[in-house]
Amino acid sequence: MESQSLNVGEYVDRMALLLDLQITDEYRDGVVANFEKIKAIAHLVNSFPLPEDIEIAPVFEP
Amino acid sequence: MNDAVSIAAAVRAGKVSAAEVTKAALARIAARDHELNCFTAVTTETALADAAQIDQEVAQGNNPGLLAGVPFAVKNLFDIAGLTTLAGAKINAKNPPATQDATAVTKLKQAGAVLVGALNMDEYAYGFVTENFHYGATRNPHDLRRVAGGSSGGSAAAVAAGLVPLTLGSDTNGSIRVPAALCGVFGFKPTYGRLSRAGVALFSSSFDHIGHFARSVQDIATVFDVLQGEDDRDPICTKRPLQSCLPQLNKDISDIRIAIADDYFIKGAEAEALAAVQKVADALNVTEYVTLPEAHRARAAAFIITASEGANLHLDKLRLRPHDFDPATRDRFLAGALIPSSWYLQAQRFRRWYRDRIREVFQNVDVILAPTTPISAPLIGQKTMMLDGEEILIRPHLGLFTQPLSFIGLPVLSVPIQSLNGLPLGVQLIAAPHNEALILRVASVVEDKVMKISHPKVCSEDFSP
Repeated sequence: MESQSLNVGEYVDRMALLLDLQITDEYRDGVVANFEKIKAIAHLVNSFPLPEDIEIAPVFEP
Repeated sequence: MNDAVSIAAAVRAGKVSAAEVTKAALARIAARDHELNCFTAVTTETALADAAQIDQEVAQGNNPGLLAGVPFAVKNLFDIAGLTTLAGAKINAKNPPATQDATAVTKLKQAGAVLVGALNMDEYAYGFVTENFHYGATRNPHDLRRVAGGSSGGSAAAVAAGLVPLTLGSDTNGSIRVPAALCGVFGFKPTYGRLSRAGVALFSSSFDHIGHFARSVQDIATVFDVLQGEDDRDPICTKRPLQSCLPQLNKDISDIRIAIADDYFIKGAEAEALAAVQKVADALNVTEYVTLPEAHRARAAAFIITASEGANLHLDKLRLRPHDFDPATRDRFLAGALIPSSWYLQAQRFRRWYRDRIREVFQNVDVILAPTTPISAPLIGQKTMMLDGEEILIRPHLGLFTQPLSFIGLPVLSVPIQSLNGLPLGVQLIAAPHNEALILRVASVVEDKVMKISHPKVCSEDFSP
């Protein structure tokens, strides 16, 4: 998913199909723009090297 | 009487009736709310009936509670029996009315407080401005051309404007602290899980907190003490023992180690926001700095989790009624629904790592100071701001300094500070989980020493009938 060649528009269309979401032409550009932003933000987190023993908590406690 | 505690004392002593106080609040709302747009519903009939009940208790010599006769209102995502819970969304407007109050509403009523209505917010709490697409923008009482902040904008503005002395809100990534700062009131977000969310419409389950707004530290502490307690209706509500904060307010704070957050928290803020922090630091004789490592990445992970959990909660409505959403909310939710699980889980794993690093920080410091927002209230409709010479979007970045703290559920109080330009700003007092009492003790000193916020000239300075 981190590939430079990912076509976000195509990803949005295919995932919407999988999730049964009707993304009409009226707001497809807005969704694509938002997902572009999410992708960039996610890269910041995904590129951070976490130790393998770090798990998510099944019940989060601060 | 300019705070909740003084109203309650006067009601209990029979110096003023709860009915008089309630009628005065309803009159202020009737006179002012058309220009502020804080309220989405006013519960006149039940408020007057509840106030009469409080007066009857007083007449019979009973103690009607710590908040006797205090008018309060709640963000319209708290259930109020007999009223439809909107959560700021048009989609919910035709839902059946709630059959019981949210736990927090019940607790305030049991303490004698009188509910007068429901308050405006960003749709589904997804925003920092309360420019609600369906119900209109809530205006900042200090300057009606400006936003109140969000998503609990109605809650903050109603207290700042003197309509009511006490309101409830919710905070996912800063939705109590941001509007508190922009409107110049205290806004408290206790530790994740400390207060029951039963009967509150959720936005992002693993981030959502409830909390409250008031004009004094004593009011904040009183309400916190009233709202605490485990609740079988809320699975994440802690079973830890109660921590009564009110008796600790006037304790000496010389044993509390306080530091200013540096690095991430001093970049990207306007000079006046940093000056507000410095003003508090000077009052407390604080000269130490501390770094919260990877705060920028924490904010990014918070963004991913919020977008994913928020979208998931509303997936059915996104399938069936996408046109009934605010277009901006809809597009963000739809994009959030497409986030791969591996990104979400990586963000949750990072959350665990970040929590452990911040625990280490709190081995050397007890309370941390940081700006609440990077700027004071922007104009309604304003899309961008200049920070560090860069033009950036306002809506997401008002939460720049709040998001990394709710990410791991830390307790935070935003204290109001008067800025040089006359608009309010907030300074966050941050502690380790379940150390609310430390925050409130420090806040009490700040309240005494630092120049008090001036109340908006157009609005009520006190709550006297």
